[in-house]
Amino acid sequence: MIQVVDINKTFGDHQVLFDINAQFDKGKVNLIIGQSGQGKSVLAKCMVGLHEADSGQILYDGRDFTVMNRHERSLIRQEIGMLFQGAALFDSMTVEENVGFPLKMFSKMTKAERQKRVDFCLERVNLTGRNKLFPSECSGGMQKRIGIARAISMNPKYLFCDEPNSGLDPKTSILIDNLIKDITIEYNITTVVITHDMNSVIEIGDNIIFIHQGKKWWQGNSETIITTDNPEIGSFVYASEFMKEIRSSMQEKRK
Amino acid sequence: MLKVVFTKPNKWSVSFDRFMDELQSIGMNSLPIVALMSGFIGGVISLQTASNMSSPLLPDYTVGYITQSSTILEFSPTIISLILAGKVGSNIASEIGTMRVTEQIDALEIMGVNSLNFLVLPKILAAVFFFPILVIFSMALSMTGGWLALVVSNLSTTETYVLGIRAFFDPFNITYALTKTVVFGFLIVSVSAFYGYYVKGGSLDVGKASTQAVVSSSVTILIANFLLTQMILL
Repeated sequence: MIQVVDINKTFGDHQVLFDINAQFDKGKVNLIIGQSGQGKSVLAKCMVGLHEADSGQILYDGRDFTVMNRHERSLIRQEIGMLFQGAALFDSMTVEENVGFPLKMFSKMTKAERQKRVDFCLERVNLTGRNKLFPSECSGGMQKRIGIARAISMNPKYLFCDEPNSGLDPKTSILIDNLIKDITIEYNITTVVITHDMNSVIEIGDNIIFIHQGKKWWQGNSETIITTDNPEIGSFVYASEFMKEIRSSMQEKRK
Repeated sequence: MLKVVFTKPNKWSVSFDRFMDELQSIGMNSLPIVALMSGFIGGVISLQTASNMSSPLLPDYTVGYITQSSTILEFSPTIISLILAGKVGSNIASEIGTMRVTEQIDALEIMGVNSLNFLVLPKILAAVFFFPILVIFSMALSMTGGWLALVVSNLSTTETYVLGIRAFFDPFNITYALTKTVVFGFLIVSVSAFYGYYVKGGSLDVGKASTQAVVSSSVTILIANFLLTQMILL
């Protein structure tokens, strides 16, 4: 479980986050959603230490990340897996070297054990046999799946996914969403997904936090987000004509 | 930045592998350009010296002596380092800068890897270790180039040139040249890595950082050259 307590973040004179309090539960897919520029990525980056919060606490199962030194943070980070928006794979390494990199750095596995684990992770994301390819030879969807394989290679307790569906076609997006959901349940990990993809919100959102103007505006799940009458949520969820039609048909059914 | 670079690596074996890779990338891959530059500049130094020696009071071996001293004292350590600042410096800044803008450095940090140590330390060690080898190689090739130019142009004989090369040779000059080279190697890598690591923006900014890295490391080399000469030779 991850808890953020009274997180504030300012860049120069511009305050981006205002007293954010939230809880991200274990075994659930926790979504941070919101329009672009509202602070959701900044919140996630504060949570993993890529940005320093001005004040507040970030608790990983009770361990306060904000007061830790570099070495202590390094130990916590070995329990974190992260899928980046652009996958952030190492260009100079093959697929298997990318996936095996955290194992090479931090585990005491032999080469054979490492290879076995890499093969297992690649099989888990349906990329068996693609070991020797370089990231530049892989499609966007494949790169995301390699990113997931790398993120889970160390058996993380916490999985962060920054806009996992950006730049992907709808079918691949669903594949990635399902993969994230399956991994969360299978390994009973705390997953935090930053997204503004409404399909992901409906499909995998066990716990949804809506960030608006740097504040936690609303919290619920994939069912309550459809029915809430919060106007800011409404303008976000029903921004597209497609979603408006879904709302109309739902309202007609209720009548 | 340097304080974090010079900390204990997360895993020595991985850092050693990276050091070996950097020896190839920074060192071995620079051999052709160093060889080309040294051979031709050595030839030009000896030809220019020979063409300007009109006084009968100067002995014939002066050409060899001037080629030797200018090569050892200035050309090989300083000019070759400036060339390496262009080649190696821009490469380091663009490599690390691209890793920054594509979030690869963030990925390293999230994994718990000390990214500065992981990326920069092997490069610094490789440069400090291999640049002196490149400079010794350059000295040898430059003097060979000088000899070839004089003999082919019929301006001197092998015996006279070798006599000049050996005349007034002070082994301390080699120590001075290699000391400068080690400092220059450290400066090139650390200055270039700084510009790459702290780049913000996109590919355009990586290009700008790469240019800034070359300019700044060249200026730093010139200033350090002046200071080291004051400190060591005078």
